[in-house]
Amino acid sequence: MAYSDKVIDHYENPRNVGSLDKSDASVGTGMVGAPACGDVMKLQIKVNESGVIEDAKFKTYGCGSAIASSSLLTEWVKGKTLDEAAQIKNTQIAEELELPPVKIHCSVLAEDAIKAAINDFKSKKGTSGLQQTA
Amino acid sequence: MSIKLPIYLDYSATTPVDPRVAEKLCACLTPDGLFGNPASRSHPFGWEAEAAVEEARGHVAALVNADPKEIVWTSGATESNNLAIKGAAHFYQKKGKHLVTCKTEHKAVLDTCRQLEREGFEVTYLDPQDNGLVDLEALKAALRDDTTVVSIMHVNNEIGVIQDIAAIGEICRERGIVFHVDAAQSAGKVPIDLGAMKVDLMSFSAHKIYGPKGIGALYVRRKPRVRLEAQQHGGGHERGMRSGTLPTHQIVGMGEAFRIAKAEMASENERIRMLRDRLWAGLSDMEEVYLNGDLEQRVVHNLNVSFNFVEGESLIMSLRDIAVSSGSACTSASLEPSYVLRALGRDDELAHSSIRFSIGRFTTAEEIDYTIELVKKAVTKLRELSPLWEMHQDGIDLKTVQWVAH
Repeated sequence: MAYSDKVIDHYENPRNVGSLDKSDASVGTGMVGAPACGDVMKLQIKVNESGVIEDAKFKTYGCGSAIASSSLLTEWVKGKTLDEAAQIKNTQIAEELELPPVKIHCSVLAEDAIKAAINDFKSKKGTSGLQQTA
Repeated sequence: MSIKLPIYLDYSATTPVDPRVAEKLCACLTPDGLFGNPASRSHPFGWEAEAAVEEARGHVAALVNADPKEIVWTSGATESNNLAIKGAAHFYQKKGKHLVTCKTEHKAVLDTCRQLEREGFEVTYLDPQDNGLVDLEALKAALRDDTTVVSIMHVNNEIGVIQDIAAIGEICRERGIVFHVDAAQSAGKVPIDLGAMKVDLMSFSAHKIYGPKGIGALYVRRKPRVRLEAQQHGGGHERGMRSGTLPTHQIVGMGEAFRIAKAEMASENERIRMLRDRLWAGLSDMEEVYLNGDLEQRVVHNLNVSFNFVEGESLIMSLRDIAVSSGSACTSASLEPSYVLRALGRDDELAHSSIRFSIGRFTTAEEIDYTIELVKKAVTKLRELSPLWEMHQDGIDLKTVQWVAH
């Protein structure tokens, strides 16, 4: 398998590896994939009061392309609003990393991961918002 | 001492040609050499080439204690497997149309069986036990009155386990069933005595034991005689079983490789066992590292290891300084986890995390030590990246997690 230089760069120097506190109300967590399929991505975002993603962290079990897709995604979503982040398409990731056709599913997984993280954050906010008004 | 990178640890995929083999092989190509057609009866060019071919046939036969007349040249173990299984199934089809094999066989056997199924034959694919070995009772139970061929490999290409072909031979002979053994991964690594073992057909490859690629052989027993229907027709070479001009240089190379294997196998295995044990001691020092396949009933050349919570392809990417394989070389272009490990009942994630290290004639202790350090570093790095490792550290049983499969 020939990897592009960008995939190799992200694989060798992954950005934003780590975990944020799952129970923190300002943190959204998305975990997608399954070990049986050979890839699992965990993406976390920390959102400030104006709805801007101020930090993002990931951990990925998967091939080099899956690791690179999630690493790149954390770079992209930082500083974006939730709506902007939700607009990121797998095709943009695949294009940036020059993923071969057999690895497109890695970029799909990354798109699923950010969507799941945003949903998690929103559902948490919904709950905590209710608590505040109560 | 400096190490030349990358380090080759994929001897089960193929081996380099031994320089002694290359020398003999090259002497069969040029105008000064034995370039003649071994089938030419009318001049010394043919006679000399034929003599070289027959000497090589003798070397191949000697390694497995067979009669040279029982050796048929082919293009490799894949062709030998095709010729043996299709040839015997076709020849004996009036007697029955049922075959038995195992799910962990090489694709050259499994796919040949699939083809026979398309032709109307029935095939039973046995499940191996967790250690990779065929359950002899299950084999006995699978045999029917219309079973004509049983095909079980001697040594598995992925996990290196050694099947008890002597015992399987007894079972088959008693029932008058043709027993074929794919010995591509065992010849030159495990003693084979066809004088004692009741094997009827056995496939060999040259390039797995320091011979050239593109050449192999099929052992076809004469007493009791086993019959085959030819799969390739032409000039009637190899007693009609396999037509085609004999490639003298490849045959001479294979003969020399088998001669060296016979002379050096015992001492070479001892050295390789030491290297294998050294590698396993180094790797198993880490947590959550599993050996695939039986530790005792396996060739000393193979170590198939699963590094839990690390995905195999990404691990290989970190191991660019060593040449190893994830799954088998023939299937590594696909994203499927190894069918062999799955057949052993390994969890998918462990099958996804497996690396096959195969050690050979030119492997050194320095290379093994370098490999251990490199693998440890890579596994540690990838586990830091792995959400599964994090969950495992937090005491979460991954089997209880609801995954969002895609």
